[in-house]
Amino acid sequence: MSDLTKLTVAQARDALRKGETTSLELSDACLTAIEGAGALNAFVHNTPELARDQAKDADARLQAREAPALCGIPMGIKDLFCTKGVPSQAASNILGGFTPEYESTVSQQLFDAGAVMLGKLNMDEFAMGSSNETSCYGNAVNPWRRAGDDTPLTPGGSSGGSASAVAADLCLAATGTDTGGSIRQPAAFVGITGIKPTYGRCSRWGIVAFASSLDQAGPMTKDVRDAAIVLQAMCGHDPKDSTSADLAVPDFEAALTGDIRGKVIGIPREYRMDGMPDEIEALWSRGREMLQDAGAQIRDISLPHTKYALPAYYVIAPAEASSNLARYDGVRYGHRASLAAGEGITEMYEKTRAEGFGLEVQRRVMIGTYVLSAGFYDAYYNRARRVRTLIKKDFEDVFATGVDAILTPATPSAAFGLGEMTDADPVQMYLNDVFTVTVNLAGLPGVAIPAGLDAQGLPLGLQLIGRPWEEGDLLNTAYALEQAVGFVAKPSKWW
Amino acid sequence: MSIDTKTAAKVAKLARIRVEDDALPALAQEFNTILGFIEQLQEVDVDGVEPMVSVTPMRLKRRSDEVTDGDQQGKVLSNAPDSREGFFAVPKVVE
Repeated sequence: MSDLTKLTVAQARDALRKGETTSLELSDACLTAIEGAGALNAFVHNTPELARDQAKDADARLQAREAPALCGIPMGIKDLFCTKGVPSQAASNILGGFTPEYESTVSQQLFDAGAVMLGKLNMDEFAMGSSNETSCYGNAVNPWRRAGDDTPLTPGGSSGGSASAVAADLCLAATGTDTGGSIRQPAAFVGITGIKPTYGRCSRWGIVAFASSLDQAGPMTKDVRDAAIVLQAMCGHDPKDSTSADLAVPDFEAALTGDIRGKVIGIPREYRMDGMPDEIEALWSRGREMLQDAGAQIRDISLPHTKYALPAYYVIAPAEASSNLARYDGVRYGHRASLAAGEGITEMYEKTRAEGFGLEVQRRVMIGTYVLSAGFYDAYYNRARRVRTLIKKDFEDVFATGVDAILTPATPSAAFGLGEMTDADPVQMYLNDVFTVTVNLAGLPGVAIPAGLDAQGLPLGLQLIGRPWEEGDLLNTAYALEQAVGFVAKPSKWW
Repeated sequence: MSIDTKTAAKVAKLARIRVEDDALPALAQEFNTILGFIEQLQEVDVDGVEPMVSVTPMRLKRRSDEVTDGDQQGKVLSNAPDSREGFFAVPKVVE
């Protein structure tokens, strides 16, 4: 078979089961593609030996006709997941040399389902960023370029390496994580599908923590069907994560009928932002029309606290990060600064953290420290948690009126150039997450799918937000929209 | 609400991150930009609203209090920058 790396997960699964190819062939094709794609800087720790071993095991299972859904499918794993015996650094120098003795629950479940790991993927340091420019490995690069322009573009963040790798056909699917939009924004920037499930669907055990009440893992894939297949394998209750939901995981792929007749789709007026590019507005209108043509009922809705989501997020996420990242002290793992004569343990902590954390991580840890400090806890942290309650209630009120899903743009712009935001203040970068962050605060599932190209030939995405625990229904709506959009564009290979 | 270099230095100290003196003014300026953005939250009427504790209404699961793991000293210490005689080693803490 030619062009093995261009297969979707579903196509590869069927080809493997029919014996038309083997996992070893498929994995080797991906490993070759990765070797030729150094310019994208998507894979940062390659694991070819592990991949070939896993592929051989998968081929044996396929031979024995005991092949689960992902059997033999080559994937990339975001560097935020701890993978046994393979460096797992969260793209931070402070975890330099860290090699976990254990496997994260999600990656273990993928391996149990037969997936093959090709390597670890680039990301923003500790998942803090929207452009993959805070990584200790350097920038990941978007395989897309503006028409007639060689400017390197961001693949988005924080799951930038995952996005770049899937869009460039270096792997069939990848894992991502999403705290404020880190799966959906990069998926939109590279023209692929990414879903953040309901908070509690995927175990967080073994995933380096950023903001524990917001973090969720999810798949980044070439289409909606693949998202359903990979998400299925990632989800499920885990006694090792006390916030993991003890709920049965339905068959997500079986939910993809494409029939959304009678579904009620909400269009939130607060997502029509001042200064939003006309192209995004037009894309959103087209999405609305397509869902209507597919038989859905469109309803204008209001989510009144939307504008307060980003400020609430930039209190809550740094607060949780400052607490979670307190563990990086140079004692148990990772980097430890060398000390001058007379320096003691406090200097060790301070120097280790100054050397090990990048500037954005330092900034967020200190903001979190400030909002949690005596005298400001009520004014900032408790107030933000109250606003979070109101944001969640906005969604509950809308769902209570019979709305099944909510359609919004995925991002306020197409992918921007690497370095273009360097001189902007941090808040400008934070605005990338304006459409996605509400979903994390409310714990809801959200999916981004490619929906068109802008005037410069770059992909743009739409987001659908679903009711809690109804990823199957949400994916089906996304599937119907995907069918209507018919997005087939791919980046031209320059790397 | 404005953060001066003295407050920035105090926050850095609390966060156990060494920040050189000449970097403090720029840091204070960034804090002010971010806190200025966060300040919008003061507009929201939150009277009678409970701060969110858990985003999904779930009861924390319980299990019996028994040892389920252990005897992994070597693995626990395998990534330590400095370990001696089965312990993590750090600079002298108590005089």
